[in-house]
Amino acid sequence: MVLQAIAFYVFAAVTIGAAAMVVTSRNPVYSVLFLILAFFNAAALFVLIGAEFIAMILVIVYVGAVAVLFLFVVMMLDINLARIREGFLRYLPVGALIGIVLAAEILFGVGVLGSAPGTVKTLSRAGAQVLSVENTRAIGRVLYTQYFYIFQAAGVVLLVAMIGAIVLTLRRRPGVRRQRVSEQLYRPKEQAISVVKVPTRGGV
Amino acid sequence: MLAIGLGHYLFVAAIVFTFGVFGIFLNRKNVIVILMCVELMLLSVNINLVAFSVFQGNVVGQVFAMLVLTVAAAEAAIGLAILVAYFRVRGTIEVEDISAMKG
Repeated sequence: MVLQAIAFYVFAAVTIGAAAMVVTSRNPVYSVLFLILAFFNAAALFVLIGAEFIAMILVIVYVGAVAVLFLFVVMMLDINLARIREGFLRYLPVGALIGIVLAAEILFGVGVLGSAPGTVKTLSRAGAQVLSVENTRAIGRVLYTQYFYIFQAAGVVLLVAMIGAIVLTLRRRPGVRRQRVSEQLYRPKEQAISVVKVPTRGGV
Repeated sequence: MLAIGLGHYLFVAAIVFTFGVFGIFLNRKNVIVILMCVELMLLSVNINLVAFSVFQGNVVGQVFAMLVLTVAAAEAAIGLAILVAYFRVRGTIEVEDISAMKG
């Protein structure tokens, strides 16, 4: 119990700290790395609460795919750091003010500060529910039966995103020679070979 | 204090969400960091969904968190593709320059 609480506080503190560093760090590459750290610690929080499947998906999808994509793009585009940092201090006061107000509203709203509304209090007192089957099997049971069409729709969303990303970034450069296999295969005999009459002692 | 309840998870999610919003205000010029802030906000939403799902003993919240993950991945891919295409044309990714299409 004590160990679990200590682990929760450590992971939560690192998550929040990493989120702060994502926002404030000077170089976008560091921002991406702190984003990865935040996702790892959020995954650890999910493991602590007993949602192992979502935790693993978070690590695979976010750290393995999304964060690496961000890293590629940040390193590929050469960004003028000095110009991108302009106005950082100018926007700081209004951003901090709005952030504090928003945080206070959310925290009072869900009842973490002040008096909690009924649902949060009841659920919190009940503690984490232990499902009768393990987490992954429980998700699979509802995902592939009750939410099957939504699952398919998620696949369509990913397909559209994939095609869209390819269409947006594909370009044909004029000066580059590329192999076009279909054109090579469909070339008729007349274009490919020609019979040349070579005169004696003349050469081609 | 030692018993980790729903409120603790909601607190973490609220703070992470606030940092996401704060980051959008702070990095007004850098689209990549703005996209990362959106990812942070989606992560906090996921923390909320999973926490409620576990404390209610209902697994549907985790299914929904997976769908949020799907949309977040698609959004990141499309956003970064737009960014790359834009950078190719203009050579910069400053947000204030993106108003060129305004009539």
